[in-house]
Amino acid sequence: MADRKVIIIGSGPAGLTAALYTARANLKPLLVEGIEAGGQLMLTTMVENWPGFRDGIMGPDLMTEMRVQAERFGTEVVNGNVERVDLRSRPFSLAFADGKTMTTDALIIATGASARWLEIGCDRKLSGHGVSTCATCDGYFFRGKPIAVVGGGDSAMEEAIYLTRFASKVTVVHRRDSLRASKIMQDKAFANPKIEFIWDSEIADINDVKRGEVTGIVVRNLRTSKLTEVPLDGVFIAIGHTPNTALFRGQLELDEAGYILTHHGSKTSCPGVFAAGDVQDHVYRQAITAAGSGCMAAIDAERYIDGLPIPDETTDNAECFVAPPNNELFKP
Amino acid sequence: MAAENVKVFTDSNFDEEIKNGVTLVDFWAEWCGPCRRLAPAVDAIATEYNGRATVAKMNVDENPNVPGRFMIRGIPTLLIFKNGQLADQIVGLVPKEEIMKKLDQQL
Repeated sequence: MADRKVIIIGSGPAGLTAALYTARANLKPLLVEGIEAGGQLMLTTMVENWPGFRDGIMGPDLMTEMRVQAERFGTEVVNGNVERVDLRSRPFSLAFADGKTMTTDALIIATGASARWLEIGCDRKLSGHGVSTCATCDGYFFRGKPIAVVGGGDSAMEEAIYLTRFASKVTVVHRRDSLRASKIMQDKAFANPKIEFIWDSEIADINDVKRGEVTGIVVRNLRTSKLTEVPLDGVFIAIGHTPNTALFRGQLELDEAGYILTHHGSKTSCPGVFAAGDVQDHVYRQAITAAGSGCMAAIDAERYIDGLPIPDETTDNAECFVAPPNNELFKP
Repeated sequence: MAAENVKVFTDSNFDEEIKNGVTLVDFWAEWCGPCRRLAPAVDAIATEYNGRATVAKMNVDENPNVPGRFMIRGIPTLLIFKNGQLADQIVGLVPKEEIMKKLDQQL
């Protein structure tokens, strides 16, 4: 018999909602928090689009509430990190970073997505020394200093506006000539006297890796290819996210960008494995849609468990194998 | 705010404290979400490495000088010192096992 009926990986809105629902269905879920416990909302400030809070709620407070609510109905939360999964045998088995293993009948994946880096080398080398993907964490270090924000979406505008509390000037560098951000965020950003924009441009280089601190950026205009150096002290990257699916490569169908493909609700290519939240959604990516899909995954998992034959011993699960996408022969 | 076995470093005692042996310093602040998430791992390491390595926390709000000297512009940042010299660093949230691996390399 499996150690658990259901294990949930991930502790953002998707994972915690799945936990709430499976706990209330008396499945005694185990929820593995992961390193980025609480998910992306832990790094935000005021959340104004979570229904039910007319004055908004702080992201970290919302996550604490969700967690306590899930625990109230019997969710067991562990703060480990899953290092390997085997979906090819039944029950599924999970190996944790501390060496422990565990088996489960159903698995809900809500591992979310993590901030993307520029991948120009210098940005990662200067991480913690002037380059950051978290304004609420690191804005403090740039009091009275000029900084840049890279990106043109809602998150980029939120970061830029937030950073004006500290920085003397915030320069937004964006690849296009208009923002992708929602109208309300655009208006807020355009109205802020501390925010300036460099359009149609990308960051070609960040100085100065040798000195171990940021002294400026080299901006490339994508229309003219002209390079311009802008002296500043910090760079905040807000160019979107990459799904956390490395664990499942070769065992679940993913799209080209690495997101888990779901069908008929939250079902993945492997029966008994369900996915919810940003790990399978690059379109909506909202707290509320993540929570909604977490609820769907819980209901799907519950139905799946109800329909399972009486467990005897470990069986093969040949369906849960997906060849890497570059191998045409194995394409489903 | 530090668990048992976790020392609290300040700008004034820092240099004296890191002089001998292997020291892991966790730079943090009250308002930093990821720092709070990292804290249990640092606390556990302090207990596990008690007697072999010193584990300490340094609040960047209260102690601006040392973070400035090491050009820390983001937290959580962990610095590992060996006999007073900077030996390794870890920026951002990482699993406990990764911190232990880097610490072991200095022991």
